[in-house]
Amino acid sequence: MHAAHISKMFRLGNVGASTLTEDIRSAYYRLRGKENPFLADAETNDRQGTAQRSDYVWALKDINFEVNQGEILGIVGRNGAGKSTLLKILSRTTAPTKGEIKIRGKVASLLEVGTGFHPDLTGRENIFLNGAILGMRKAEIKANLDAIIDFAGVQRYVDTPVKRYSSGMYIRLAFAVSAHLNPDILIVDEVLAVGDAEFQARCLGKMKDVAGEGRTVIFVSHNMGAVSDLCTRALYLNKGQVVLDGSTESVIRAYVRNNMLSNISTGAGLDDPELRRGNGKVRFTRIETINSEGKTDAEFLPNEKIIFRIEAIKNEPVDTLWATVAFRSGRTREIVTKTPIFTVPHHAIPVGVPFMFDIEIPQFNLNPGVYETYYWLGYESQETAYDVADNLLPPIVVNMPEENSRLYASGYFNLPASFTMR
Amino acid sequence: MKHLDATDNTHWDLVIRPKKGLLDIQFKDLWHYRDLLFLLVRRDIITVYKQTLLGFFWFIIPPVLNALTYLIIFGLFAKIDTGTSNMVLFYLCGVIAWGFISDCTNRTSGTFRANASVFGKVYFPRLIVPLASVISALFKFFVQFGFVLLVMVWYLLTGAQINIQWAYIWLIPVILVLMGLTGLSFGIAISALTTKYRDLSNMVPFALQFLMYLTPVVYPYTFFPEKIRWIFDLNPLSPLIEIFRYVLIGSDRLDLMQLLYCVGFNVVILFVGLVLFNRTEQTFMDTV
Repeated sequence: MHAAHISKMFRLGNVGASTLTEDIRSAYYRLRGKENPFLADAETNDRQGTAQRSDYVWALKDINFEVNQGEILGIVGRNGAGKSTLLKILSRTTAPTKGEIKIRGKVASLLEVGTGFHPDLTGRENIFLNGAILGMRKAEIKANLDAIIDFAGVQRYVDTPVKRYSSGMYIRLAFAVSAHLNPDILIVDEVLAVGDAEFQARCLGKMKDVAGEGRTVIFVSHNMGAVSDLCTRALYLNKGQVVLDGSTESVIRAYVRNNMLSNISTGAGLDDPELRRGNGKVRFTRIETINSEGKTDAEFLPNEKIIFRIEAIKNEPVDTLWATVAFRSGRTREIVTKTPIFTVPHHAIPVGVPFMFDIEIPQFNLNPGVYETYYWLGYESQETAYDVADNLLPPIVVNMPEENSRLYASGYFNLPASFTMR
Repeated sequence: MKHLDATDNTHWDLVIRPKKGLLDIQFKDLWHYRDLLFLLVRRDIITVYKQTLLGFFWFIIPPVLNALTYLIIFGLFAKIDTGTSNMVLFYLCGVIAWGFISDCTNRTSGTFRANASVFGKVYFPRLIVPLASVISALFKFFVQFGFVLLVMVWYLLTGAQINIQWAYIWLIPVILVLMGLTGLSFGIAISALTTKYRDLSNMVPFALQFLMYLTPVVYPYTFFPEKIRWIFDLNPLSPLIEIFRYVLIGSDRLDLMQLLYCVGFNVVILFVGLVLFNRTEQTFMDTV
């Protein structure tokens, strides 16, 4: 796959009467064979920018890259960096404004699970319809029908309308169809992937299978762990432009560094509502990770000290207030381990006044890898939260030490154990 | 990073580019997705009668009720001279023929908006969807047409005179194709325009109703005073309905020049529709 000078322009704001006149003006320029004047006006995409003169922005600007057969390319970047737009262009649901992409082989994407399912049709009928929408021929679907039904585990219900399916069955059936597409190039957008953790893990598993068969995968994710685990190369997008195209390791490093400065020390990243949950009675306002030298950092060596300096604010009076930090594995997205749940003595602090506390881990003994962070403020049980900041930037990166690397060969951490010769 | 020879176009299976030509229809793609076309038609047909008691009859009941309404209002109360002895067949034929045209227009005019969620996720030639709509409408029309033929047979058996124009029976398939094309062209043009300007989609039902009264559907062309009959002559849909009825029951008129005019009109509107549809197909996800 070869992409050259891909650019995509969007119009901001609402479509109204003025857009009609603009359309007529651009059509007029086009007729005279001139460049559309609005293209020249467009700006670099910057969500925070306030002094914008133009209604037009470049969601992608001059993107160039190549993917060779068998590569797993990760695409990383913050929300709004243009990752999803790039995928949409690759999967041909929208056309680029400029540039061209050349592809060899059949393309399919895992973001289209269940597309075109009709609730009144039976499972079997939907398999055919969905398969055909995804580009399979009828004969191909027939050949795979038993395998699909088996994979989804819905043998008994295959002649029942899918509106009577449980949501789990529905997703399993939908995924089963996608999983039997056998594309040469698979596009996975983890940001858009729906479903529970098990389902996401399945998507990632499918991705590994496809890659193992020597096919090409393009993987978009917020999840540094999964990217570092699966990808052979990575692309770092920021504000619609390629910042870095290189080894997975170098890209993640650059990404973590860049976001450490713009996020943790300023409290940005917490501004992304997609990463937040909870009822909002208490909110995180700032989170900082500090190393043993007292400096803000996100990269550590095994067993180093990490201090999480957390600032929060009460929006309403609350009774109990508990806090904890947990770590997710990049690959499975499961929480691997967490600190104890601490009780925050907050009663003396009035509503609306920010307060700060430290959670200190004297020895962060997880093995080298990339771990997503999960910050939690809650009460009563793990299910009741005031605020959750899940997968905040940057992740915690534990680097491989230069000596004794065999100690960390596998697993998440080494159990304390002793050895005695008898 | 290895450098492939990017200027060599012969080896690539797929090239994604920004702007296509005005009329760049990918017939190869359409052909590849032909199974999807028939599965969509099947879906459209099946979902009409699933979970209904009367099932298949729902294809026939609405036109019968419509024809009955027109028969009572225009035939019995207003006493319009239909120029034929069989008013029942006059209204039935008019209603199913017009129903086919407006059904095609209506279904295809919502193509982009009704399928936004599917179009946003996966690529296939978008033209498949309106084509499937037209074929479903055609299927529905055939069911209704079969019913009308049964009614005709019944009339013949009871000894009524029906003035079938056997010499022109070959015109029926021709006008069916023209009806489908007109509906498709109007529909895809509207569907393309409504992605940006939604006002249009609210106007479609009214426009269709208004158009019906400008076409000799519920009355023959003689109903208008001679001074304003040019409206029927100007309306490219008139010959479709008139010839349909002329061939089947010998009412209305046969004017082959009018038919030729209708063909010419179809070529133009089909071109406009395809151009608009093609343009919208690539970028509508940004505006819908």
